Amino acid sequence: MAEDKYKQEDLLKIEYCPPRKDWMDSKIDFEAKKGNWCYSAVPAAMEYLDLNTEMGKWQPHDKDWPLPDNWKEIIFEGLHDRLKKFRTLQIFMDICVRCGACADKCHFFIGSGDPKNMPVVRAELLRSVYRKEYTTAGKLLGKMVGARELTVDVLKEWFYYFFQCTECRRCSVFCPYGIDTAEITIIVRELLDLVGMNIDWITTPASNCFRTGNHLGIQPHGVLDSLEFAQEELEDITGLKIDLPVNRKGAEILFIAPSADYFANPHYFTLLGYLALFHEIGLDYTWSTFASEGGNFGLFHSHDMIKRLNAKMYMEADRLGVKWILGGECGHMWRVIHQYMHTMNGERQNGLEEPVSPITGTKFENAKATKMVHIAEFTADLIKNNKIKLDPSRNDHIIPTYHDSCNPARAMGLIEEPRYIINAVSNNFHEMPENTIREQTFCCGSGAGLGTDENMEMRLRGGLPRANAVKYVNEKHGVNQLLCMCAIDKATLPPLLEYWVPGVEVAGIHELVGNALIMEGAKERTVDLREEPMLGFDEESEKVSAATGEDTENV
Amino acid sequence: MKVGISLVVIVLLTAIALVGAGVGLNFVFGVIIPYAAIAIFLIGVVYRVLKWAKAPVPFRIPTTSGQQKSLDWIKNDNLESPHNTLGVIGRMLLEVLFFRSLFRNTKTELKDNSKLVYGSSKWLWAGGMAFHWSFLIIFLRHFKYFVQPTPKWVMLLQDVDSFFQIGLPIVYITDFLILAALTFLFLRRVMDSRLRYMSLLNDYFPLLLIIGIATTGVLMRYFIKVDIISIKELGTGLLSFHPILPEGVNPLFYLHFFYVCTLIAYFPFSKLMHMGGVFLSPTRNLANNNRAKRHINPWNPEVKVHTYQEYEEEFHDVMKAAGLPLDKE
Ligand code: HEM
Ligand code: SF4
Ligand code: SF4
Repeated sequence: MAEDKYKQEDLLKIEYCPPRKDWMDSKIDFEAKKGNWCYSAVPAAMEYLDLNTEMGKWQPHDKDWPLPDNWKEIIFEGLHDRLKKFRTLQIFMDICVRCGACADKCHFFIGSGDPKNMPVVRAELLRSVYRKEYTTAGKLLGKMVGARELTVDVLKEWFYYFFQCTECRRCSVFCPYGIDTAEITIIVRELLDLVGMNIDWITTPASNCFRTGNHLGIQPHGVLDSLEFAQEELEDITGLKIDLPVNRKGAEILFIAPSADYFANPHYFTLLGYLALFHEIGLDYTWSTFASEGGNFGLFHSHDMIKRLNAKMYMEADRLGVKWILGGECGHMWRVIHQYMHTMNGERQNGLEEPVSPITGTKFENAKATKMVHIAEFTADLIKNNKIKLDPSRNDHIIPTYHDSCNPARAMGLIEEPRYIINAVSNNFHEMPENTIREQTFCCGSGAGLGTDENMEMRLRGGLPRANAVKYVNEKHGVNQLLCMCAIDKATLPPLLEYWVPGVEVAGIHELVGNALIMEGAKERTVDLREEPMLGFDEESEKVSAATGEDTENV
Repeated sequence: MKVGISLVVIVLLTAIALVGAGVGLNFVFGVIIPYAAIAIFLIGVVYRVLKWAKAPVPFRIPTTSGQQKSLDWIKNDNLESPHNTLGVIGRMLLEVLFFRSLFRNTKTELKDNSKLVYGSSKWLWAGGMAFHWSFLIIFLRHFKYFVQPTPKWVMLLQDVDSFFQIGLPIVYITDFLILAALTFLFLRRVMDSRLRYMSLLNDYFPLLLIIGIATTGVLMRYFIKVDIISIKELGTGLLSFHPILPEGVNPLFYLHFFYVCTLIAYFPFSKLMHMGGVFLSPTRNLANNNRAKRHINPWNPEVKVHTYQEYEEEFHDVMKAAGLPLDKE
């Protein structure tokens, strides 16, 4: 696949010293840059969401883009409106000192060397237009003071570079003023969307999600089928027939996971992990086919779309009469839940109560207002209170490292909970180098709606810093599995690692929990949730290594 | 090119000041321009800050750089991911006083064309700290030219600043620190290809202007003696709104003073407003207590949503066939 098309030594010819020329005049040659951009949105999806469909069918490599006649007016009106609505936008437009601290922090710059992928220059693409429109110096002195006219070429450049930002916020950690390029990207994408310009990989999942409740557009019976399939699979592995409550009114907890967990691989094994865990602790909960998607591609589209897609969580919780909501492993889903949901849709939250773990009695005070708890918080609490029995040696065939997903790390600060769980379910955990984890973690390179095949070159480049850190621990400690808590990661890291670090697989944390979980009445386990043999658990040797508590791999 | 134009502007400013002082426009340079500059500064800064403050903060989006407050037994990093006002104040103090985020700076390198390494890189932080702190201390020391008698705290500051004093005249550490730091910041901008790529006139000009201010200041203090008593008369006069124009002040002083006035007047229209903006940046000055406390968006819009009822209506038959519970049979 990607190996044939792109040679590693070619991709690794990266020049971090930009040319001496000015950055302001530029034309993107979309034809030559194939592999670095995404296909445009299809009109049907735009229409279903009541968005501007004036551009009709078009593609970025078309010579002329069918822009509406008044596109400039639309953009400036939109910009004006947003300047009044977002203090962030004003401040971020006004105070950057171009100190360059953020420059080499972006994975896209690190992987491509394209100077416009330096977060500060990405922001300057908008800032230059802002200066021309809103500052006297900009009007008079133009390019000298970084001001330029909004032209079709500038617009094309916006399309190219603002769909080359994964909204990961790594730049914002290093900026002395916290300038968050992700915020600028969200707003520029909104402006582009106003003239009808968007990408398929964002609008199609968004319209599917609006209609069916999940990105893939799976209808209710399909969701049920998938869950039932998992139920059977778990029975094969454990011998236990677990309960599968779906759309059940009166449950205590509504569980919402990213839909990839029940439709995609390797997410699916995480689903088996949740199911096993909920069965073992006897959780009174339900799935929902309507709120069958935790993820929210609205985040990659516009603030309004976040709200539109997120509304179903509280509406469904309310309809089913649950007490609180538990959320599965996902990154951008949690950015929305943590930083936007309550502000946007708080009015729809009616009968919910402050979340309390029915198993341990722990009050999740940090979630007392939104009433939604992250599964890592929930499970860490179970383990801390000794409410579940775990045998970490069942994961001895796995030498894991952990990839902090951008949003849990930089928008929530959910950093220690997953590590606590991993250490409880594995004997072999190794961290990647410190500048590549926790708040400094590197994006998978495919977030924010950019995980499409046609964008593969940029994805491989953007994912290089992450893959490179994985390679380091792979060579040093023999790491063979990259754990993460994000549906996009689970979809996009496997091809990335196959390309840069073959032999390292990707898994969710609750997959390893499911492996290690000792379930009452279950048959003797010899295979993990992937039905792969576990080290020292094959039929003959039984539980030798577990019994001696031996560390099989700890180099 | 942009450096060149900045230099030309500085030269022009220099010429204006020297010619002005030469032909005896002391009143213009000693009284009118300073008052005008201060007026522009005050009005400009207040206008800009009010404009920012007027724009709402619709969402609470702190960038978390440390562990959130969640379970009791997991240690919350209240400075990097503050959950309360105290933590936010601490985080902001670290940012404003010590440039915390800049301190994290790293330098990315691709070794052997295959290994990415992230070396620690504190030079910008050190240069930035040296410049800003020196600037602040020098600014405060200048009160001795405006207030009679010289306030106690200014004397104290002078003593501290000349701590390593050996000979006479008293040498202030900050004088040389600021020149060194400014030189570093300037060279960095013109020599580092990435910095050069992103830099604008708006970046070179203030840097050169401040270098001009510092240089003329140092010249007056250590090399070309000026009449401090007269200058203090001018300064105290200005601050007490009873301007006096002393005779025989060296034109070098007028040059220094004109640079300063230019900086003051330029301030509100420039990136120097980062001084105000840093306090208002929503990714830093908000607590990460999002799920514990609702944040209100004053313009929270009504949007079209898809309800369960619409959903059930569309999928009624397949739901029924699959045995899923229905609200409407
Ligand atoms: C609350 C007060 C302030 C804070 C927290 C602050 C912080 C910073 C930081 C973190 C930088 C980037 C690093 C660097 O280049 O040093 C910077 C740059 C700069 N600051 Fe400030 N600053 C403040 C006030 C001021 C003032 C009052 C001035 C001058 C009148 C000033 C002039 C500059 C200049 C010229 C630069 C750019 C340096 C360059 O071009 O490399 N700052 N500031
Ligand atoms: S780190 Fe912040 S201030 Fe410095 S160049 Fe980047 S965005 Fe601008
Ligand atoms: S948010 Fe991430 S992808 Fe976007 S500019 Fe910043 S570092 Fe790059």
